[in-house]
Amino acid sequence: MTAAPLLRIEQVTVDFDGFKALDRLDLALPAGSLTAVIGPNGAGKSTMCDTIIGRVRPTSGRIVFRGEDISRLPEHRIVARGICRKFQTPGVLVGLSVLDNMLIAAGDRRWWHAFGRKVAATTAQQADKMLALVGLDDRRHALAGELSHGEKQWLEIGMVVASGCELLLLDEPTAGMGAAESRRTAELIRALVGSQTVLVIDHDIDFVEQLGGHVVVLHQGTRFTEGSLSEVRDNPDVASIYLGRAQS
Amino acid sequence: MTRVSPDTLVAALVLLAAACAPALLAPYQLNLLGRFLALALTAMGLVLLWGQGGVLSLGQGVFFGLGGYVIAMHLKLAGLAPGETMPDFMVWTGLKALPVWWNAFASPVVALIGVVLVPAVIGAGFAWLMFRRRIDGVYFALITQALGLAFATLLISQQAYTGGFNGLTDFQTLFGVRVSSPAMQRGLYWLTVAIVVLVLFGGRWLLATRFGRLLVATRDGANRVRFLGYDPAPYKVIAFTLAAVLSGVSGALFTLYAGVISPALVGVVPSIEMVVWVAIGGRTSLVGAIVGTLLVNYAKDQISTVLPSFWLYALGGLFIVAVTVAPRGLAGLIRRAERPA
Repeated sequence: MTAAPLLRIEQVTVDFDGFKALDRLDLALPAGSLTAVIGPNGAGKSTMCDTIIGRVRPTSGRIVFRGEDISRLPEHRIVARGICRKFQTPGVLVGLSVLDNMLIAAGDRRWWHAFGRKVAATTAQQADKMLALVGLDDRRHALAGELSHGEKQWLEIGMVVASGCELLLLDEPTAGMGAAESRRTAELIRALVGSQTVLVIDHDIDFVEQLGGHVVVLHQGTRFTEGSLSEVRDNPDVASIYLGRAQS
Repeated sequence: MTRVSPDTLVAALVLLAAACAPALLAPYQLNLLGRFLALALTAMGLVLLWGQGGVLSLGQGVFFGLGGYVIAMHLKLAGLAPGETMPDFMVWTGLKALPVWWNAFASPVVALIGVVLVPAVIGAGFAWLMFRRRIDGVYFALITQALGLAFATLLISQQAYTGGFNGLTDFQTLFGVRVSSPAMQRGLYWLTVAIVVLVLFGGRWLLATRFGRLLVATRDGANRVRFLGYDPAPYKVIAFTLAAVLSGVSGALFTLYAGVISPALVGVVPSIEMVVWVAIGGRTSLVGAIVGTLLVNYAKDQISTVLPSFWLYALGGLFIVAVTVAPRGLAGLIRRAERPA
């Protein structure tokens, strides 16, 4: 790695009343990279995402984004710096139309600019583009709450991308999707890499294989190993943590 | 084909009825209708705050009272006989001179500005303290209820300044015109209708702006909005402030119609009643809130005349029916009948 990484997690510990969800975790994401984080249940994958976006605060350690420590910033300011996250359970705005969801994701964040009906042309374009990309063009006037589970996932992925953020955190983007939908999701994410930096959390090894990025295995809140998927898969220790065997 | 939404249809009917009422109703009935329409302003504020913003306030009586007391203070000062320097209740409680903050409202213009500004400033300050610390949901509702209780208690305890339990009453003139004169009553009615129309259309516009969308977004998923890079607090503060101002104007108009403002009109029970009007009318519909306010208050007037003690039971029953049978109120029933899904 020659250039400074876009995001650096430095010795981050998250302590939930004695239970260390993250234990001196180190992780670096180079700009324009694709990283998949896998690991057994309770390994700390979602907590890691929560910590990056400020939903959970690190007990110790720092999170450095573009050279700035963001671990104490309010959530909306972290997004303003350029990090957006898709949640594990779809977090679409159920009372609004699909288009409105997208317009909010792509729109102006300043509240004093919100008193008008006119949407900026660039925002509308961005929303249209993302709706087409995630295949919800013909559902734009449906309420987001009326979408199927898979469609909600797509909508939220679209919203996270539409936010224009440089770093996208996708927490189980294919949960509830069929094989064909998963493949389309992988294609979409691969198309983003380069212009954006993506961190994906997923259980589904087939999906991670389709993504084809760098793989990090998390175990008990710390980085267990990393490499390409085949390297990780051939590592006997990885199999043992998934199967719950005691480490020797 | 452009279809007229049921909300628009009902709004047109209500406004038509309101416009015809002065020709059809006896003065007392017109006073009642005007009074109920004034209350509907509070209800529309709750639609904005609770129905669209998801913030339940059980303390709207506070802002209703602030508006009411501000205009009542002016009316007391305007009604002083030559030679009198302060209202009679102050003399009885042994006050030596008129308090400075009372004196400010000697001017009718200052009083009218105060009706808007006092609830706005207090509402905005309170909301900012709450929402900045992310207090919402049940906790927020309970704090606003406590605020209502504290406000009523304060009014009662400070008799020398507020008239205590009896409140302020016995008004004479506003802008030199007798408050009870037919001309003033009629003017007041038209003013009320004008404000209701203004708020109805202003509210519809506001809810159609990006502000309105973000308010709904914050209601449905405060965290999602936050993690899309928005700070939800300003949206809630603005909604709360607008609702407070509407309650203040509502309280001032009500005080002019009723000829009295007292702690019994601003405490915990009236604040809950305000929420019931909106729950029955439909908390996401501005027109529904107007209809709910008119119906519930008409029923209250009728029932209280016959069986004074029965009203609270009827109110409780209505609330239970609304919550269980029609959680979206009358507006929800009409919308559902119109669009069977």
